Amino acid sequence: MKKSLQARNNDLANTSRQLEILSNGIFAGDGLPTFADKIRETNQFPLRPKKLEILQINLGYMCNQVCAHCHVDAGPDRKEIMTIETMQQCIEVIKKTDAHTLDLTGGAPEMNPNFRWFVEEASKAGIKDFIVRSNLTIIRANKKYYDLPEFFKKHNIHVVSSMPHWTRGKTDKQRGNGVFDKSIKALQMLNDVGYGIEGSNLKLDLVYNPSGAFLPGDQMALQNDFKKALNNDFNIVFHNLFAITNLPISRFLDYLIASENYEEYMHSLIDAYNPSAVENVMCTNTISISWDGWLYDCDFNQMLNLKVNTNIKHISEYNEELLQNRNIIINQHCYGCTAGAGSSCQGVVA
Amino acid sequence: MSKTYYDSGDLRKFGEITTWSEELGNKFFDYYGKVFEEGALTAREKSLIALAVAHTEQCPYCIDAYTKDGLQRGITKEQMMEAIHVGAAIKSGATLVHGVQMMNKVNKLEM
Repeated sequence: MKKSLQARNNDLANTSRQLEILSNGIFAGDGLPTFADKIRETNQFPLRPKKLEILQINLGYMCNQVCAHCHVDAGPDRKEIMTIETMQQCIEVIKKTDAHTLDLTGGAPEMNPNFRWFVEEASKAGIKDFIVRSNLTIIRANKKYYDLPEFFKKHNIHVVSSMPHWTRGKTDKQRGNGVFDKSIKALQMLNDVGYGIEGSNLKLDLVYNPSGAFLPGDQMALQNDFKKALNNDFNIVFHNLFAITNLPISRFLDYLIASENYEEYMHSLIDAYNPSAVENVMCTNTISISWDGWLYDCDFNQMLNLKVNTNIKHISEYNEELLQNRNIIINQHCYGCTAGAGSSCQGVVA
Repeated sequence: MSKTYYDSGDLRKFGEITTWSEELGNKFFDYYGKVFEEGALTAREKSLIALAVAHTEQCPYCIDAYTKDGLQRGITKEQMMEAIHVGAAIKSGATLVHGVQMMNKVNKLEM
């Protein structure tokens, strides 16, 4: 299994180096327009939050997979895990937030030893939509995870799972050998307990992100193809497919540079820039909380270590009113969320 | 840096052809856009046809564009290669079917 950029001491494990690349080179001087230049054209600078709807909490960067495109640089060698003390601080925030959606992510959030306790406690807060982003293979990784579908069902968790393609070759190339077969088995287990069935309250959505240096196609067309193929080949059903663009940070940035696709990819993002997507980018309705309790505009800013632009930057001092009055921090990676129909953790936005 | 007749960066400048003939350029792009909309054929089927024709026309810009388009639509590499074989089969068939003309001429000229 490959190692994370951090374990390999790769230059790009340093977030300052990533920001240096994104801020200079083709964007320097009279080069390509920066994201700030672009949103100024439509008077959308500075980017400001709207009503807070989603609290996204990253329970840690540890993962049983090492996906080639991972913006978290997650993997088995990452030891950053949210402590129960920080979880307790999150629970206090969840109890009083106006957000209607709680979104747990990682890494593989299920690998946090206090994951189940946290889900049980957070469930009591009466959140309307409680999402867990599961990579699927974790359900098959070890016997202790086999009952996760039942656990999710018990707490009415909305399961959102990554599935880059309906073919084995494309999936394994992006996510590692054997991932496709394990993911199929996990989806069947979720279907068996009632997830993804038409009309069922047990929501099962899939996330598609391109397995290379190209943008996602039409979300609805891809959803139809996924539904047809997974149902025909494996008798699997699910609700919605979210098409998500790969952002040029972390491991995907490393891939873009190594494969000499970086410039072309940035051009593609800028060519596909859609000003109407800016209005609904996820940083305008989301707060992202890291494993160690720091606050960010989104999961991508978290991975670039760009903390919120307020005096209060930590969950221990959480103040929703203050957060609502911040300017959102942007850089060229933001083009990834505004290309074509736009992109967010909930799929297209325009 | 070596210079070639084709520059991949020119594909992004395709739209600029309208600057020297706005009306005709715009009519072309309107037509082009309309052709690739969903119709009796799906946009996916049209993308595969375009990829096959791009190869028979040996247009490097079109090959780049419709390979990327295919990937975006989730078209597999096996499907793309089969489409190219369809184009190649027609192209080679079109060459070989002229063999009948050659045979006719030979038969007419020879005693």
